Amino acid sequence: MFVSMNWIKDFVDLEGEDLEKLIKRFTLSTAEVEGIEYKGSDISDVVVGEIISCEDHPDSDHLHVLKVDAGSEVFDVVCGAPNARCGIKTAFAKVGGSVCGMKIKSAKLRGVVSNGMCCSGKELGISDDHSGIMELDSSYANGTDIKTIFPIDDVIFEVDNKSLTNRPDLWGHYGIAREFAALTKKPLKDLPVMEDDYTGSDKVDITIAKPDLCYRYSSVRVENITKHVSPAVMQVRLYYCGSRAINLLADITNYIMLELGQPMHAFDGKKIGRIVVDTPDKDIEFTTLDGNVRQITTDTLMIYDDKTPVAIAGIMGGLDSEIADDTECLVLESANFDGVCVRKSASRMALRTDASARYEKTLDPEMTLTAVKRFLKLLNDADKGARCVSLISDVYVKRYPEISIDFDKAFVDRYTGIDISSDMIEDTLKGLGFGVDRRSDDFTVHVPSWRATKDISMQADIVEEITRIYGYDNFDIRTTFEPLLPTRPSMAKINENAVKDILVKRYDLCEVHSRIWCDPDDLKDLGLPLEDNVRLLASSEEKGTGVLRTSLVSCLLPFVYKNRSFDDTFGIFEIGRCVKGTKEDGTADERRDLCIVLYTKEKSERSLYMEGVDIVNTIVSEQKHLNVSYVKTETAHAWQHPKNTSKISAGGIGIGTICTLHPSTLKKIAKNCFVVCIEIDMDLFDSVAALALEFDEPSRFPAVDYDLSLLVPEGVRFESISSCWDRKDNPELSKVSVIDVYDTGTLKSVTVRFSFVLPDRTLTGEEVQKRIDVITDKLAKQNVMMRS
Amino acid sequence: MKDHIKELNERFTKEMSQVCDQRSLEELRLAFLSKKGQVSQLMSELAKIPNEQKKEAGALINSFKQDIIKRFDDKLEEIKKAEEERLISSAESYDESLPEKRRKGSYHPITLVQRELEQIFASMGFDVEDYSEIVDDYHCFEALNIPKFHPARDMQDTYYLSTPNQLLKSHTSAAQNAIMYKYGKLLKENGRPIRAVFPGRCFRNEAIDACHENTFFQMEGIMIDKNISISNLIYFMKTMLSEVFERDVTVRLRPGFFPFVEPGFELDIQCLICNGDGCPSCKNTGWLELCPCGMIHPNVLRMGGINTEDDPYAYTGFAFGLGLTRLAMMKYGVKDIRTFNEGDLNALSQFVSK
Repeated sequence: MFVSMNWIKDFVDLEGEDLEKLIKRFTLSTAEVEGIEYKGSDISDVVVGEIISCEDHPDSDHLHVLKVDAGSEVFDVVCGAPNARCGIKTAFAKVGGSVCGMKIKSAKLRGVVSNGMCCSGKELGISDDHSGIMELDSSYANGTDIKTIFPIDDVIFEVDNKSLTNRPDLWGHYGIAREFAALTKKPLKDLPVMEDDYTGSDKVDITIAKPDLCYRYSSVRVENITKHVSPAVMQVRLYYCGSRAINLLADITNYIMLELGQPMHAFDGKKIGRIVVDTPDKDIEFTTLDGNVRQITTDTLMIYDDKTPVAIAGIMGGLDSEIADDTECLVLESANFDGVCVRKSASRMALRTDASARYEKTLDPEMTLTAVKRFLKLLNDADKGARCVSLISDVYVKRYPEISIDFDKAFVDRYTGIDISSDMIEDTLKGLGFGVDRRSDDFTVHVPSWRATKDISMQADIVEEITRIYGYDNFDIRTTFEPLLPTRPSMAKINENAVKDILVKRYDLCEVHSRIWCDPDDLKDLGLPLEDNVRLLASSEEKGTGVLRTSLVSCLLPFVYKNRSFDDTFGIFEIGRCVKGTKEDGTADERRDLCIVLYTKEKSERSLYMEGVDIVNTIVSEQKHLNVSYVKTETAHAWQHPKNTSKISAGGIGIGTICTLHPSTLKKIAKNCFVVCIEIDMDLFDSVAALALEFDEPSRFPAVDYDLSLLVPEGVRFESISSCWDRKDNPELSKVSVIDVYDTGTLKSVTVRFSFVLPDRTLTGEEVQKRIDVITDKLAKQNVMMRS
Repeated sequence: MKDHIKELNERFTKEMSQVCDQRSLEELRLAFLSKKGQVSQLMSELAKIPNEQKKEAGALINSFKQDIIKRFDDKLEEIKKAEEERLISSAESYDESLPEKRRKGSYHPITLVQRELEQIFASMGFDVEDYSEIVDDYHCFEALNIPKFHPARDMQDTYYLSTPNQLLKSHTSAAQNAIMYKYGKLLKENGRPIRAVFPGRCFRNEAIDACHENTFFQMEGIMIDKNISISNLIYFMKTMLSEVFERDVTVRLRPGFFPFVEPGFELDIQCLICNGDGCPSCKNTGWLELCPCGMIHPNVLRMGGINTEDDPYAYTGFAFGLGLTRLAMMKYGVKDIRTFNEGDLNALSQFVSK
């Protein structure tokens, strides 16, 4: 919203104040100012000039050569405006003056010297009219400084509308003037209004059929309007504040909206007999004054002339009842509609107007009558002949309760942490229009109607009023003095951090973030189906982000695909959320998963897979001091390889899966590549009880190693033969390690090194052989032979 | 004897000069100093000479023996040294500038910023909490004093789900209520103030471009105790932000409206690039809007079980929100917000750690 300081000065005396400083204080105390513009600073030496002769330019088909009487002197001027003609008075910029930042110089235009320039409204920055030069009233004396006629010099600042959402009172200059009055501790002047001079008993007939959607409706009927152009000051202020002069009646309603924040509508008096505020029985079409046909649903509040719709309440009037430039009689609407209803209707129709934006903020219904009287005052100032032909009619069906709040200084001290005197509290609140009953340090305040629609209802609200005017920059700041007790990070946080460190620092993986929903196009690239899951509701589905992911893999595989030329070997991981369908109560089953995807074009699938196993083992052994077990399992997703998908368990709890890719998915990613996916449910992982770290005092005597090359039949898992050397039976067996594995067709040759150690001496070769014999006997029973 | 020793000495000198390695040195040593070596033979010759000469001859032999032992030791030392020098000079001199094949792992920039902030807050006595991404309407709006018809609750802004009453959380404030319940008992029974931060991922229905994301990270913080004041709020914000930016920052508060705080503020910091003089990154205002904050609304404290209807100000507190994604962009100079969620390793692999 644009604010004119000239307009503000109508209501508060700011003589001697530094306006720039004051506007900055407004930012710190009230609402954010986005920019300040100094209007008229680039306009100088522009005066009233009368064209006393106008001839065609000898060498141009559209230029004129003028003689302009600028009071003290007559100038020869070349001018291209189509409306330049003898006898009119216009805005004339003299040589040495400036217009829109441009210095006016004497110059030759097609051979004729021009000394000065006749200006359009746009060139002076006071309208967007550039169709020709300005035509001024003939009563102005030639040579009069144009700035004494038009309020060109002004300071305009823009307030961020978002910072006004909770302040319905600030959507007009009068409310903002009240803030400046409080900030400068000066009185706020009354708004000049006029009572109706009508002596009869006619009223505007108003029926509010939906009292829950319309708080109040005030109106008056006026006739004999003969003036149709609004005063210069009004036109310039409207323009500076982002509006545009149309005709006198429309301009006054707009002016009051910008001044008081009260939207108004003027109906053509001939078109309105009886006003009814109601919603339509069925969906209808309605043509608004911008000429567009709107679809009106049954929950949209409308204004009717008896049964004919004439306006969408609080949003826009209709074309048929619109006032025209020559309208002589009008029926005025100054009403208060329900904010939520207006907002919903406006967003349904995608028709947000200055009026609807204000109604959304829950305006003060007390304003409607003031606005009518202000209208009569402004109309009378501009058109003495206009007269009311009805009483000011007012139907007030729903009132906000009056709000009083009790508090004491001690409360303010405690909430602020500083000492603000009771006198300052009283002055500040009075300055903002609150009624204040004070008994020493005890207060009862009465919230003014313009702050009572939603904004202020409790003590904390009052503290804000006091402190923002006091100024947060003036606060003494200090720490708290409560005990500082140790905090302990959660198990989840500890594990997350540790896992990330292991993956990044030890396994050189890259952490990524992906979205919580699936991208169907990405899945299509990999030939994967979109798995059924919890969905986003309709409006967001259009963007192709409709279904939440059941697994992080469905987001990370597309990442691997997109990065396939990044490097020959890389791995990515994410700890993120996915949704495994719904729980028993029907709500989404959100899980926190770790997902790792490894990719290679260099290594074998087995070595990549074993790297994945190593990663899982490391994570589990470091965080839990446990061994991991793997059991082949059924596939649950299309990308999983039917033969190499295993369930990962630790401490008896299934915490995740590891798999290679299904050949049909793998071939979509790249030629000759391998991919391994690991998923671990972090909440389940956290729930696995960790073993305490066990310490074995190492023997001071060397271990004796003995290597055996086992011939293991295809399909027999290593874990099933390792039972042959259970450490419980062999307390001296300190370590078993696999030295080498290679395939010999039907058999796998596995070389295992057994290390034996005693705490008090070295084992003899005989003793070792005895123990090895026991192991080989057991192996033989499992059909595992030794390679000689 | 004298002549014999002289002759042997000459022979030794000659042969010694031909020795070039440990093996030939050892051969020479054996030839002279072994049991059957030249020196031993000299000794056996000693028996044949007259007694009165024995003493002198014995001394000559002995001195000859000592002399060649020393020369053997010196030579051995010399050979070892030469050997070492040869090893050193023949060793390869390595080129550290050769690119290393091993690729370094990398953290997501959000992780880096989040960890840094968590450490700062932990050092100031804050618990670090986690919260789900899917929340219900009550926690995201109702419990935060956001009325039923507030625009933030419109479908255009918030991702509602097909499950009953659920949505993707649109701000980390959605965790406030749960955290108040988690720590409220300790506050009321043990007098342990609630100090908690909760980072998390948030979702808003936005069209994505270089400056807008529908998925982003925030970090929320709250502090609740008997007498928490606006003065405390400003102190903590200033201290925390000075830690974050590793320098003393100047802050200012402006009124800001959020339904879950009263009073609510927009906190600006003085631009770190121009120190308040005005530059393009602060749009010439000298200030950067960084962190919405405020005193927790009495209704929110009541719904969080902290205060009762009868005593709505028994405990007071403040809350603040930090845009982690925005901080990461500021910290690392990331210009395009899409970098965070698009998984391009050319970008993400650069965040190798602090």
